[in-house]
Amino acid sequence: MKSQISIENVSKVFGRHKALNNVSLEIKKGEIFALLGPNGAGKTTLISAICGLCRQSSGNIKVEDFDTLSHYKETRNQIGLVPQELPLDGFESVYNSCQFSRGLFGLKENRDHIDKILKTLSLFDKRDEQIFGLSGGMKRRLLIAKALAHEPKILFLDEPTAGVDVSLRRDIWKLIEDQKKMGVTIILTTHYIEEAEQLADRVGIITSGEIILVKEKTALMSEFSKKTTFIRLSKKLKNLSFIKKNNKISLTENGMALKLVGINNTSNELQSIVNLLSQNGIVFTEINTVDNSLEDIFLDLVESQ
Amino acid sequence: MNIQAAITIYKFEMARFSRTIFQSLVAPIITTSLYFVVFGAAIGSKIETINGVSYGSFIVPGLIMLYLMTESINNAAFGIYFPKFVGSIFEVLSAPVSSLEATVGYVGAAASKSTIIGLMIFLTSNLFVTHDIKYPLVMAIFIILTAITFSLFGFIIGIWAQNWEKLSIIPTLLVTPLVFLGGSFYSIDMLPEFWQKVSLLNPVFYLISGFRWSFFGASEIPIALSIVAILSFKAICLAVIAIIFKTGYRLRT
Repeated sequence: MKSQISIENVSKVFGRHKALNNVSLEIKKGEIFALLGPNGAGKTTLISAICGLCRQSSGNIKVEDFDTLSHYKETRNQIGLVPQELPLDGFESVYNSCQFSRGLFGLKENRDHIDKILKTLSLFDKRDEQIFGLSGGMKRRLLIAKALAHEPKILFLDEPTAGVDVSLRRDIWKLIEDQKKMGVTIILTTHYIEEAEQLADRVGIITSGEIILVKEKTALMSEFSKKTTFIRLSKKLKNLSFIKKNNKISLTENGMALKLVGINNTSNELQSIVNLLSQNGIVFTEINTVDNSLEDIFLDLVESQ
Repeated sequence: MNIQAAITIYKFEMARFSRTIFQSLVAPIITTSLYFVVFGAAIGSKIETINGVSYGSFIVPGLIMLYLMTESINNAAFGIYFPKFVGSIFEVLSAPVSSLEATVGYVGAAASKSTIIGLMIFLTSNLFVTHDIKYPLVMAIFIILTAITFSLFGFIIGIWAQNWEKLSIIPTLLVTPLVFLGGSFYSIDMLPEFWQKVSLLNPVFYLISGFRWSFFGASEIPIALSIVAILSFKAICLAVIAIIFKTGYRLRT
């Protein structure tokens, strides 16, 4: 798949703080790319540099082969941005605010298009109301509507579901999936790893201004996947003296279960532990194995840095 | 060129003006009326004519200039500062909008608002004094030039300001005194010789004097000097704005 955004050795320095450190990244056309990282990792700075809100100290960013500094009109024309905060002029009406966003991109008023977006985001009934009368969730949806007002080819969503309820979060996920079906490339930053797990085609992990990993989500999950097995006991165990000391095995649930990390169900290791329990007269009631989530993988990777 | 973007910003700002039409228009009209009652009728009746012009008529150009300058600055400064304050400026900065297009939109709207206010004050003055305008075309050019130039200045203040206090500090502490001391309500010939020379250092004096020339065909200094003064100030403002957008000063990080 062709790269739509090409980031090459980009650094951004604020005073003594290096917010981005030699970042290189390719975003493919039509994909959903989730950029994950802890607070202050550089996610928003990277998005700001691509969208023109800040200028990189060094390096190049290209959108559809156009440089974001020398050909900013061509690059920005293709981008819609949903920021992390709720920066809205509260005195304006919902409709006019969307129309303003569209007009900035050189497009004339298109009532049908704006109405369609507002209907999709359940804001149509509020179209003539002033923004300061909207709830937080509505304002979040309005920001998405504004970003879509000029029909962008690339959509940046900087923590789009921060502080919204579960139902709205699902609606926004559906909207993101619909945009993808329409061929829009989506770059998503989020603190909800579940969101990335649900939506992303590829995942990038950034920490301390450096991209430490970029992988297809499925490849990432299978490469870093670890199975965790829980053996639930009928009686509480005080210690694991009957088992040879092993950092893969620990007591959990207040001594009522054994937790086995990275042990395959089909391996002899599990069989031998079950045998050991029987030999020592320990009765178990359930064996349950779960795959670790993207969140576990993310935490492992970030903590290992 | 993204002309639609400039039009969009212009219309958005003018919509803000229409939302506060009462505050925007009625307040200057009432204040102007009070000026005419106090200065024109009460105090003015005790003052002899100035260069053959009654005092009430003499202060009309000064009053229009006073509002034109202060409203241009305030409207333009607020127009760009408010989106900075609430954060919505990100939309303009991340859109394919050039510095010229953004400036035309914001400054054009601010200049239009102050021109409307200036014209309203002129119409109000006709209720109190009668005057013939000797050079109406020059008057119109002066109004437009002053509105644009001081809107450019206000635009710079709005970008520079990082809080509400800074937003008002230059208009309050610098511009208003310069306008009052620039001969809005008196001729500098009425001042002692020393203060006449000091007045010549006040750039606003040249604008008011030139504007007054368009009304009465006479002023303290040649009209050409007034035009050079305002064009010079406009050129300085444009240069500063060009530098601001090139460097991203207080707009982009």
